[in-house]
Amino acid sequence: MENFEPVIVAFCCHYCAYTAADMAGSQRLPYPANVKIIRVPCSGKVDALHIVKAFEKGADGVYVAGCLEGDCHFKNGNERAARRIDFVKKYLEEIGIESERLEMTTMSAGMGHRFAEVATQMTEKIRALGPSPVKAAQAA
Amino acid sequence: MITAERKPLEELIEYIKPYKRILLLGCNECVTVCAAGGRKEVGLLASGLQMAMLKNGKNIEIQQHTLERQCDPEYVEELVQMIDGADAVMSMACGCGVQQVAMRYKDKPVFPAVNTKFMGASERQGVWAERCQGCGNCLLGATGGICPIARCAKQLMNGPCGGSVTGHCEISEDVDCAWQLIWDRLKALGQTERYLEIMPAKDWRPAGGSGPRKIIREDLAE
Repeated sequence: MENFEPVIVAFCCHYCAYTAADMAGSQRLPYPANVKIIRVPCSGKVDALHIVKAFEKGADGVYVAGCLEGDCHFKNGNERAARRIDFVKKYLEEIGIESERLEMTTMSAGMGHRFAEVATQMTEKIRALGPSPVKAAQAA
Repeated sequence: MITAERKPLEELIEYIKPYKRILLLGCNECVTVCAAGGRKEVGLLASGLQMAMLKNGKNIEIQQHTLERQCDPEYVEELVQMIDGADAVMSMACGCGVQQVAMRYKDKPVFPAVNTKFMGASERQGVWAERCQGCGNCLLGATGGICPIARCAKQLMNGPCGGSVTGHCEISEDVDCAWQLIWDRLKALGQTERYLEIMPAKDWRPAGGSGPRKIIREDLAE
């Protein structure tokens, strides 16, 4: 798997991480092209089904990026998202997918650096883990 | 509502292992409200099963469908159109729904995907607690609206017992003593005299003690 390039889906809140991604672009900060961004109105909008479907459709890693603690535009969507991520992590383990392939992260709209850093770290982590076992089974 | 919880994926995989085409059925009623077997949970389980089976080297087809109510034959009848396309059915409804489907489609193996738990009420989002055991002879009028049958671990008719400590049951600090709740409520209502009335031993026949129960409304029954 020397040439393995992971597919990573990032669900990004419109009010923070999505703008932070924009900021990273404006600041000319490089981040891996492996990360496919999906803009959501709030991290709390991301359903367990969206995450599980992403894995089913071939994602090697998924992360949800919401606002910093206490900063949610809709009061507590980011807290709900964090609880949901814990729930889905357990479900992934049941399925036989390493739970480290899913993460929750927080940042503010101005944190372009953090966006690039998280995207890089996640890509490196998933690259080290290798292809998702589901994708590997599909290819076999 | 009737509450339920999904069974472990491992158990469900064992059920469906021999089959290729599965009809995964949800129910739009109680199990939707307690987030165990509604349309969304059907989607989640279908996806999870598909991936888990694929990992085991087997590609299965899962058809998803959620009925308005699985405990009513008229809705179960809808499945006539799709049942032939399935080797087995997995139902996410309560035990009543699973049995209705099994009774109607006698040649199809039907498996439960959830464990049906109890008749409960929502305490707050994501938390359901047992409130009724369907004992067939409601006592709530005498006990300040708090049920000693469903909420007292010993189902005492005249409590509390010696295990009631600072309002909690001896089985767990997380469980309120039902009789403490009853006393507090009667006191607040100014009805403490009700507490002094000794309740006779309960007749458990209407609670199911004399076999499976049935209600027949002759004005409605055909």
